[in-house]
Amino acid sequence: MATSHQRPPRATVGSHRVEEEMFGRVFDGRVVRRIWAFVSPYRLKVAIAVIAVLVFTGTQVVIPLIIRDAIDNGIVTGGEAALTRAVLLFALVILINFGASFVQENVVGQTAENVLFDIREAMFSHLQRVSMSFMDKTEVGRLMSRLQGDVNSMQEFLETSVLSVGDIVLLFGIVASMLWLDVRLGLLTISVLPILFLVRVFWLPRARKAFMAAHEANSVANGALAEAIHGVRAVQNMNREDVNLALYTEKAETNLQAHLTAARYAQVMVPIVDTLTGLAMAFVIVVGGSMVLGQTLEVGVMVAFLFYIQRFFDPIRSLTMQYSVMQRAMASGQRLTEVLDIEVTIRDKEDAFALTRDTEGSIEFRGVTFGYDPAHPVLKDVTFRVNPGETVAIVGPTGSGKSSAMALVNRFYDVQQGQVLVGGHDVRDVTQRSLGRHIAMVLQEPYLFTGTVFENIRYNVVDASEEDVVNAAKAVGAHDFIAALPEGYGTLLGERGGSLSLGQRQLLSFARALVADAQILVLDEATASVDSYTEMKIQTALKRLLQDRTGLVIAHRLATIRNADRIIVLRDGQIVEQGTHDELIAQGGLYAGLYRMNHTSFDDALDTGL
Amino acid sequence: MTALSQQNSSPAGDRAAGPRSIRPHGSAGTLLRITRIAFQKPWWVAIAFASTLVAATLQLMIPIILGTAVDQTQDALAAVDGGRGALLKTAALLFVMAALRGVFTTLQNYYAEAVGHTVGYQLRRAYYAKVQELDFSFHDKVHSGDLITLGMLDLEGVRMFFSTGIVRLLLLSTLIGVGGYILIGTDPVLALAALSFVPFVGWRSSVTRLRLRATWLRLQERLSVLSRVMEENLAGIRVVRAFAAQSLEMEKFRTASLSALELARERVGIRVRNTSAMTFSFFAAMGLVLWIGGHKVIAGEISVGTLASFLTFMTILQMPVRQLGMLVNSFARASTCGSRLFDFLDFEVPIREVPGAPALVLSEGRLRFEDVSFTYPGTERPVLRDVSFEARRGETIGLVGPPGSGKSSLVHLIPRFYDVTGGRITIDGQDIRDISLRSLRQAVAVVQQDVFLFTTTLENNIAYANPWAREKQVERASESARLHDYILNLPGGYRTVVGERGVSLSGGQRQRVSIARTLMLDPSILVFDDSTTALDANTERSIRKSMRENAANRVTVIIAHRLSSLMDADRILVLDDGRIVEEGSHAELLALCGRYRALHDLQVGNDAPTGGTR
Ligand SMILES: Nc1ncnc2c1ncn2[C@@H]1O[C@H](COP(=O)(O)OP(=O)(O)O)[C@@H](O)[C@H]1O
Ligand SMILES: Nc1ncnc2c1ncn2[C@@H]1O[C@H](COP(=O)(O)OP(=O)(O)O)[C@@H](O)[C@H]1O
Ligand SMILES: [Mg+2]
Ligand SMILES: [Mg+2]
Repeated sequence: MATSHQRPPRATVGSHRVEEEMFGRVFDGRVVRRIWAFVSPYRLKVAIAVIAVLVFTGTQVVIPLIIRDAIDNGIVTGGEAALTRAVLLFALVILINFGASFVQENVVGQTAENVLFDIREAMFSHLQRVSMSFMDKTEVGRLMSRLQGDVNSMQEFLETSVLSVGDIVLLFGIVASMLWLDVRLGLLTISVLPILFLVRVFWLPRARKAFMAAHEANSVANGALAEAIHGVRAVQNMNREDVNLALYTEKAETNLQAHLTAARYAQVMVPIVDTLTGLAMAFVIVVGGSMVLGQTLEVGVMVAFLFYIQRFFDPIRSLTMQYSVMQRAMASGQRLTEVLDIEVTIRDKEDAFALTRDTEGSIEFRGVTFGYDPAHPVLKDVTFRVNPGETVAIVGPTGSGKSSAMALVNRFYDVQQGQVLVGGHDVRDVTQRSLGRHIAMVLQEPYLFTGTVFENIRYNVVDASEEDVVNAAKAVGAHDFIAALPEGYGTLLGERGGSLSLGQRQLLSFARALVADAQILVLDEATASVDSYTEMKIQTALKRLLQDRTGLVIAHRLATIRNADRIIVLRDGQIVEQGTHDELIAQGGLYAGLYRMNHTSFDDALDTGL
Repeated sequence: MTALSQQNSSPAGDRAAGPRSIRPHGSAGTLLRITRIAFQKPWWVAIAFASTLVAATLQLMIPIILGTAVDQTQDALAAVDGGRGALLKTAALLFVMAALRGVFTTLQNYYAEAVGHTVGYQLRRAYYAKVQELDFSFHDKVHSGDLITLGMLDLEGVRMFFSTGIVRLLLLSTLIGVGGYILIGTDPVLALAALSFVPFVGWRSSVTRLRLRATWLRLQERLSVLSRVMEENLAGIRVVRAFAAQSLEMEKFRTASLSALELARERVGIRVRNTSAMTFSFFAAMGLVLWIGGHKVIAGEISVGTLASFLTFMTILQMPVRQLGMLVNSFARASTCGSRLFDFLDFEVPIREVPGAPALVLSEGRLRFEDVSFTYPGTERPVLRDVSFEARRGETIGLVGPPGSGKSSLVHLIPRFYDVTGGRITIDGQDIRDISLRSLRQAVAVVQQDVFLFTTTLENNIAYANPWAREKQVERASESARLHDYILNLPGGYRTVVGERGVSLSGGQRQRVSIARTLMLDPSILVFDDSTTALDANTERSIRKSMRENAANRVTVIIAHRLSSLMDADRILVLDDGRIVEEGSHAELLALCGRYRALHDLQVGNDAPTGGTR
């Protein structure tokens, strides 16, 4: 194809939002305060770490002084005793150095890990409570990158910030020691610093941009890879491998170039720093050396200076590195804070009431109006009641609001008008936990977890016996295929239960609802991917199970609908009819019309045209 | 498209690694292989290595020059002015050396990084290509989270090996080797004292490397479990909420989190003990130099300058020795991550085409299953047994059967998502295993039961299979899927971005996007795998009608539970436990009074006023 050399006009890989990769300010007080809340339980350890860092840095500053002492008072003058004393002192100092370095790195490392895990736990736990409407809007991948990438860069931040303290102290320590040893020589040495700062003023903004670009290119490429992994079946199905690889290659190449540019910026400072080091040492040799020759300076002092100069630029260099870590960390911290600050709009009242097993299983909608966006209600003034022990079917075309009504029963969302009552109590007055236990749901899309079949069916009923699980599986006709699995109920299911057919997954999620053994059973097209025969068997079993329970059922198939005590017909979020099958037929309204015309909204009533 | 495919046919990583026969085993082999990939940029590697050697040597000059300078200050005989001149020369030399060292260090670092990023680039491409190439059964078994970790974290570990492993090792060995040589030439005893820390450090690092390597693997596993727990919780949040299972989920999270934390802390301990001990041994050697060297100066055996240069030499080593911990970590990480990554890249994909396979040649468009049996790889129970049927262009085949009877499995065999384990499938007499995969998949399209939408515009999603399509084509496909009007009503129209898994669309809309994008392939064999469950029947009927218009050019296979969807089928196959138990047209099957009839009666309802009500 001639076109293949060009970029296909309608193809992209990966999705990426630039705004979230923005680097933050180096310091954001609000973020730091939030993060500090996680660090403060460990403040004793942090204090120990800081002390250890100070001691460690102190030993580093002291070592050249000891060497100076050894040279000037021992070696040059031939004082054996002074040399011995200096060496013993040296031994002591390096022992302290060893201890301090061990304590510092250990405490910092361990604490950073602890804080990291604490932050993650707080976020995860918060996400368990945030409102469903937030979760609807947010991609799982984005949340995962908060829980992993951002949390990790906080860890890096915590580690480097303690080390930065050490670096700053080291810098001041060295400067102070040099001035103390010899003011003139010290000032001369420090005089190269302004050059460095001047260079950095030019370098920093450009380098930062390059680092940002590299970081972003990396996220872009990673996002595209994640998409390829998740969507691999669709990609193969539609023969897109080659186009995608070409597009991905572009991103990988951008990433490569961005990193090469960043590396250039990172490295360009090295010869400058080294030249300045050389310059400073040359000063010391010429000026200091002349002073030694002129007997106005001891040689040991000169040696100590040379030692200091070699270490002088290390802290400056690593502070520069830490600067970009800090920036990244602030941006991450900001995003973590955002997650922690997501408002929990649906929460238990102070005096929330707990539904018990004895609470009756009635459901009532009183004038309920609800919309995901309040301006566009999907349910309008809906009123109906399901008495304890009754089974009610809701029918209606796709998008008429059936699933939304189910979600309200479980208080996934709060209504805008009217009220939803379960067991006679407004769902806003009862605890969410007891509400969840009072209602068992089969959602429209089956969802299974990694784990055994047994664990999946049992799910939240951790004390369910094997018998309970097997009975539920039998009721939905899943027992036979489960028994035929290599390890029966102990078979590990892969990601999302991928080794099962969709219908089988639907059966398992049905069985899970039965094990929950709740007063109210809510079924949302629970058998859409199951054939009618299997469904009929489930119906038979359900009839027994639902005897003294309340059922709310969304279905298309006539068999299911006709079994219900009552039928509610929903259209465009409004109830247009309700009654028993016979009543509705007799009424001669929409339901009857649809039914008689065999309108396939109840789709299995066949086209009779043939 | 051919140009692209040739260009991409062989993943770069494989090419780099050379022939399969010398496939490495164990960690040495892995590291060797990474090195070989790095050598794809021979000049860069050469510059990096050469600069490292030069930079290290220049750095070693500095202590010597400093020593000279110190001695010059001690030269009591020199006149103050003459001494100053000598000092000036030494200082100039030092300055030049330091500046040059800086330049070469920059070259060393830059080219080391550049080689590392090139390795990363090669591996990324190879990895991406491999992900796309691996068949369904591989992806069935491997959790997507683990693949993401492998492609990001492990790949990073391998990428960094050249700069943080190899080049650093070269630098350190040169410093110690050349430095040691110079020192021994100057004063053997003092040199031994100065280098006394080397054996200890070598021993510590190899021990630590092994321990870090072992714990790294275990940590990766635990972190995988943790991220799986989080990911599944968030993706399944509705189930979690519906069952009020938050505390159970927190329990799962804490268990996974604690076990990872424990190990992470253990690793900190290992690392820190190692670094501190190594630094200590280094300082101890320095103390030894001071002690022995000091006595030697006093005894007049060496000058103060020599002692100063020994001590300066040790300061130069201080940073690299502190970084030795990182070096060790880099080796440990690269060998662990590398062997995992290479195992993945070397995985032989069972489903691939025979070399030089010809493209599918379509003539009458006849699809044939001949005694097809199929068992999923790694399982024992056959899912399909002796399935035989035939369909010609223009025909529609219906498939019904209970969940797990093998309907989806059957249709997944046609585009070779899985390979048959017995019998064969032919299209116009050509065994599908003998023709090129691309041409096969171009001819066969499946509307999957689970819809995966890409996070991009509706337009791009629909044109996914043919991104060169013109706007008209896209619109026509979405019209056929009865999606066009809906899209036009959206504020963004075709430019509306749909979410990761199509969050903002309802189930029925997603299924329609999936149908539309499959139509873009204009396949000769079109399969609907139970892909209209969320559609209201009106829409479904309308879509079926538009399908019928094009049905003459293709074989259509429809899996459905609503028998109304199958009424147009020329033949309906009833599947049970992997076998075809009934076969015939709607009317024939009704007359048979078998399973199909039972399904039919159930759906219509025995007492319902079927048939005659018109
Ligand atoms: N999570 C959601 N966020 C925003 N809109 C939604 C969401 N879920 C459903 N909708 C919209 O609400 C309407 C009713 O949907 P739903 O209750 O799922 O219908 P049904 O179950 O009857 O097919 C549809 O227009 C749908 O697009
Ligand atoms: N990826 C897989 N790996 C192993 N077994 C599978 C896989 N997919 C399906 N199966 C098994 O194969 C059988 C047939 O599944 P499938 O063809 O999906 O059934 P359906 O007729 O419902 O579409 C089922 O028993 C199912 O558990
Ligand atoms: Mg619904
Ligand atoms: Mg299926």
